[in-house]
Amino acid sequence: MKVYIRQKKSTVDVEGSCSVLELLRRLGYSQETVLVLRNGGLVTPDVRLSEEDEVEIIPVISGG
Amino acid sequence: MRCRVCGGQACVDVKRSNTAFCADCYQQYFQRQVARAIKKHDMLGTDDRPVIAVSGGKDSLTLWQVLLDMGYRADGLHLNLGIGEYSVNSQEKAAAFAESRGVKLITIGVAEEYGYGIPQVAKRTARSACSACGLIKRYLLNKVALERGFNVLVTGHNLDDEAAALLGNLLRWQSGYLLRQSPVLPSTHPKLLRRVKPLFRLTEREIAAYGLLRGVDWLVDECPLAAGAATLRYKEVLNQLEADSPGTKHHFYFGFLEKGSSFAAASPPVELRECARCGQPTTTEVCAFCRLWEQVKRDKALPVT
Repeated sequence: MKVYIRQKKSTVDVEGSCSVLELLRRLGYSQETVLVLRNGGLVTPDVRLSEEDEVEIIPVISGG
Repeated sequence: MRCRVCGGQACVDVKRSNTAFCADCYQQYFQRQVARAIKKHDMLGTDDRPVIAVSGGKDSLTLWQVLLDMGYRADGLHLNLGIGEYSVNSQEKAAAFAESRGVKLITIGVAEEYGYGIPQVAKRTARSACSACGLIKRYLLNKVALERGFNVLVTGHNLDDEAAALLGNLLRWQSGYLLRQSPVLPSTHPKLLRRVKPLFRLTEREIAAYGLLRGVDWLVDECPLAAGAATLRYKEVLNQLEADSPGTKHHFYFGFLEKGSSFAAASPPVELRECARCGQPTTTEVCAFCRLWEQVKRDKALPVT
């Protein structure tokens, strides 16, 4: 599936179907620091993602 | 996951409470948290004239959104910090939000008003960019809001901000900063606005979720001058602890609010007077803001870029 990382403005390819939580682990993101959209809607970590889904990861930590 | 309230399909999980909500119930939960913060700490009254410090990022714009959703009337105040494209984009996001919601945004350009933006100020002084920026923002937000007739400055500080600041202050035992770390900073001088933080009960992730659900379009880019900032390192450490033990940030900060108040009560109040140059409240004869700009403008031959 194609996963768009909003802050980096980049897309990565992830093979196969997996849960949101598993996707975040594979890409090295902590659950506490991002939100995940599937086909434009927010999803919880247990949701299963399929190859056809458009997935977006939105990092939420800011500050300086 | 199912929504704790209605049993429908959940879309936002709140791990520290071991719960989840659907879109509608999450918005109600979020507003209850904000209402609880405002009520418990007496942040906003019916006679108040609040102004929101708006950066164009997710916290300030979502704060503005939730206050509008809850029926509060508040204008926004944006400072253009002169940090190149980042500041241009920040101002655009703030202005677009105000226009789409039909609310008023006041914009002040630091470089236009004082001759230099944050990058130049940082280069010409011994301060880090974040330190100079923080000082300039605190001063100008208070001064401009006061001149425009507001009496409460509302900021988007959240639980992550407060927990990270607390960790930083404890690591260096900065007792002066610890004393001032509170959801409400009262007005202790006629020229000092009360400052309130209605989002202090909510994490950045929870705030972003509300913003997304309400169609808030914020600037995702981080300030280019903040790379490597201590605050971001503290947040990273706290989020690692949070991942292993959900609720850590909440217990850390709320425990401080509960138990740290005795520490604050034992300390003498800070005496404020008016700056000999600008008349703004300060603890010294000449305020830190005036001293900073004297240093910046001391040698006009220095390059500005």
